[in-house]
Amino acid sequence: MNDLLDAFPVEESDVDRLRGRLAAAAEAEGILDVAYRTVDTPVGPLLLAATEQGLVRVAYPNQGHDAVLQALADRISPRVLHAPARLDPVARQLDDYFAGRRRRFDVPLDWRLSTGFRSTVLHHLATDVDYGRTASYAALAALAGNPRAVRAVGTACATNPLPVVVPCHRVVRSDGANGYYAGGVEAKRTLLDLEAA
Amino acid sequence: MAEFGPTVLRVVRAVLGPADADDAWSETFLAALRAYPQLPAGANVEAWLVTIAHRKAVDVTRAAARHAVPVADPPETGAEADLPDLDLVAAVAALPPKQRQAVAYHYLTGLPYAEIAEILGGSADAARRAAADGIAALRRTIGANR
Repeated sequence: MNDLLDAFPVEESDVDRLRGRLAAAAEAEGILDVAYRTVDTPVGPLLLAATEQGLVRVAYPNQGHDAVLQALADRISPRVLHAPARLDPVARQLDDYFAGRRRRFDVPLDWRLSTGFRSTVLHHLATDVDYGRTASYAALAALAGNPRAVRAVGTACATNPLPVVVPCHRVVRSDGANGYYAGGVEAKRTLLDLEAA
Repeated sequence: MAEFGPTVLRVVRAVLGPADADDAWSETFLAALRAYPQLPAGANVEAWLVTIAHRKAVDVTRAAARHAVPVADPPETGAEADLPDLDLVAAVAALPPKQRQAVAYHYLTGLPYAEIAEILGGSADAARRAAADGIAALRRTIGANR
């Protein structure tokens, strides 16, 4: 009775419509713990995820969006839904940023995925290293209050849960090379070129 | 959980018909979201969702029986465009509830009869029999119409 599956076809558009309704109902009831969507950018489709507190995760395609969503379900809550509305403000700001019309992001951030010294490093990065400028790993270590923790700064950047918005792409090697980047060296160069223009 | 959205929609359409399927789907996933944090790690999410969908479908059927308002027009199936086998859809709709449920849960999701027995109550053998009787009835109906 393989015909049975064909007798009850399910269109993707029907499921999308129902998922949209579900996301709105869950948001209204306060049980949408993690909302996500993707946005197309010059550095590839970025996954954006937000809790009720704020933006909690930005992920590059090479980080595996499915794996990132699974990690969010494991670490924050299994109530994860595709719900673009909550991400609309940051999606608009990213559009403006990539179009060269915006230099700072002004959305609430949920920092829960970074803790301890890594969190300190990222906070300094978010406030002290402006658009168009770069800082060396050593300089950022000094800013974070521990000049010798250069390697730890590298780890903090590599594990930054909020790339682009918290600008780890502005952290470069002391010898002037761009260095490692979670989104790949191409993405890092694209962002630095954009900000240098 | 999201990955089972299409399967659950297929199941509620088969069990309830297209008119009530959207509401049953929405209620199933809202209830699942509410209860999700209590779901034990490693649980069979698909079986759990079908269990919730089954209860929602039973609720909808009971409510419909209470309010038994005659409908002027037959409900839109909305599916003509894909040319599904309407004979088969009608034959599924005409099955007794338990056979229809057993057929839908086994043949549209692939759940084993032991899981289906948990959902329907009774033994795995009884679930297997209900599905087999349902399939035999479908074959008879389809065969008679062709």
